[in-house]
Amino acid sequence: MEQLLDILRELHPETDFETETRLVDGGVLASFDIVMLITRIEEEFDVVIPAKDIVPANFNSAEALYALITRIGEQDD
Amino acid sequence: MLFPSWAFLLFLAVLVPVYYLVPKRIQWIVLLLANGVFVCFAGLLGAVFMAVTIVTVYAASRGIDTLFISQRDTLAAMKATHTKEERKKERLRFEKKRRGILVACLVVNFGILFALKYGAMLGRLSAGLFGTKAFGQDLALTMGISFYTFSTVGYLLDVYRETIPAEKNPLKLALFTSFFPLLVQGPITRFETAGKALTEPHTFSGERFLSASLRIAWGYWKKLIVADRLLVAVRALCAKPDVYRGDFILVEMLLYAACLYADFTGGIDITIGVGEMLGVPIEENFNRPYFSKSISEYWRRWHITLGEWFKRYVYYPLSVSKPMRALSKGTRRFGVGVSRRVPVYLATLLVWALTGAWHGSNLTFLVWGLLNGAVILLSEELKPLYARFHARFPRLTESAFYRGFTVIRTVLLLSSLRILDCYGTVKDAFSSFFSMFTTWNWGAVFRGGVQSLGLSYFDYAVAFSGVLAMFALSMVQRSGAIRPRILKRGTVFSVCVLLVLIGTILIFGRYGFGFDASQFIYNRF
Repeated sequence: MEQLLDILRELHPETDFETETRLVDGGVLASFDIVMLITRIEEEFDVVIPAKDIVPANFNSAEALYALITRIGEQDD
Repeated sequence: MLFPSWAFLLFLAVLVPVYYLVPKRIQWIVLLLANGVFVCFAGLLGAVFMAVTIVTVYAASRGIDTLFISQRDTLAAMKATHTKEERKKERLRFEKKRRGILVACLVVNFGILFALKYGAMLGRLSAGLFGTKAFGQDLALTMGISFYTFSTVGYLLDVYRETIPAEKNPLKLALFTSFFPLLVQGPITRFETAGKALTEPHTFSGERFLSASLRIAWGYWKKLIVADRLLVAVRALCAKPDVYRGDFILVEMLLYAACLYADFTGGIDITIGVGEMLGVPIEENFNRPYFSKSISEYWRRWHITLGEWFKRYVYYPLSVSKPMRALSKGTRRFGVGVSRRVPVYLATLLVWALTGAWHGSNLTFLVWGLLNGAVILLSEELKPLYARFHARFPRLTESAFYRGFTVIRTVLLLSSLRILDCYGTVKDAFSSFFSMFTTWNWGAVFRGGVQSLGLSYFDYAVAFSGVLAMFALSMVQRSGAIRPRILKRGTVFSVCVLLVLIGTILIFGRYGFGFDASQFIYNRF
């Protein structure tokens, strides 16, 4: 989780990712950020997020995103 | 059938009572028949194209769904007897079949759209090159094709992604595809929301009817009092790029910004209001777009459903696709900064090229799309610089003055890009735009210049009052939706507001003999 928080902070240092739950709906993460984030997640976690999972619910909080990464990682195994 | 026509009002006046008087289980059939009337009214050829979309998308979605079911059964049966590798191979075989069906259906539907959007252009090109007879279909005869194709293909893609199950009843898919309020200029809707609501039983509610009437009346108000009036001047300005130059272009940019806003949002108000009247919620397509502080924010608040469609079905899938990931990895030798940017840059530019192409076959639209993409990418790259500026001057950047400045800057920037929408050629558009910086002719603009555009000073006064009213309401909307506040003050008050809207339309609207209530601008896309 800490690894993910570091990636998120790199993108938006001004945001408190531990508490924010409306990252997409609140306009913190735009589509540009999401693609950059997905590229970084693939580098760090070796996990490819499929297009159908790129929905606001999965990106609205660091927690939801971490759960998605874990789920995809488990599926790949 | 134009929204601003007596025929449409009569159509609604017949449909709404019939819809609520028939037994609830056949309400959706009544709606389907009404859609049929509306579509056929627009042209039989359009009805044929729509039928092709319904039949192909229905067949493809059912085919894909069936393959999902047999895949699950087959893999379950193989679990005890086959190895993991063999099961994977079988899964890939099913995936390939599903992809084949999807691609075939996309080719047919986008092929129709492409032929209609680009057919006339190719016909003219062929006539010019080979002296053949010009061919090609006028897009206006196939009402709403850009909108319903995107909505229905979106449904198919959702089935392909297993986000939703395929609809078993073809008539229900036909109802979703042909829902008449959406055929004029969208919005592009999702089967998950509108599709379900269309077939549910609906009970008449007086309050909902009044609320919907207010929204519809406000839509007509914007269209007939502001948009159709300003369109006369905008058309006059765009028609003579050699005459109207210099400061006339700034006038054109601002008039077009107001005109397009009143036209497009007015039409969507009518669409959403009609949907509400029939108990069908339709997605909002705007969120006070001219209050955006950047172009990318503007595109999240203007024509929201088109942006969402491209994001969901093109931008994200393309960004995470295998070739894009391979390209990103392949460019790592140029540094991580480059390789991380490759997917986002390519996907952004491609989506904007497609968004431009969606608007029309003219090269001006493609240039407009790519310029929008370039501005968005540039502002993303400049973000660290902005952050430093904000940190250096916190009091200035947090002030209302600075917020106002960013809003005006965005409106001017998007209006500059829209110049491309006004002219037939890129050369005329650029030449007109740059003439603003070389020709100083405010004198000519105000010495009768604006009066030569087909509008009287009275027309300008009415239109500007309308623009002020729209601005004031947008300011009020900052603290929440307006209609619930009107309705909260009671039926009498609400009816009075409705009557004031209708009364002002009757007095100041451009309609009736001598006027040509025009089709909505976005209908041509």
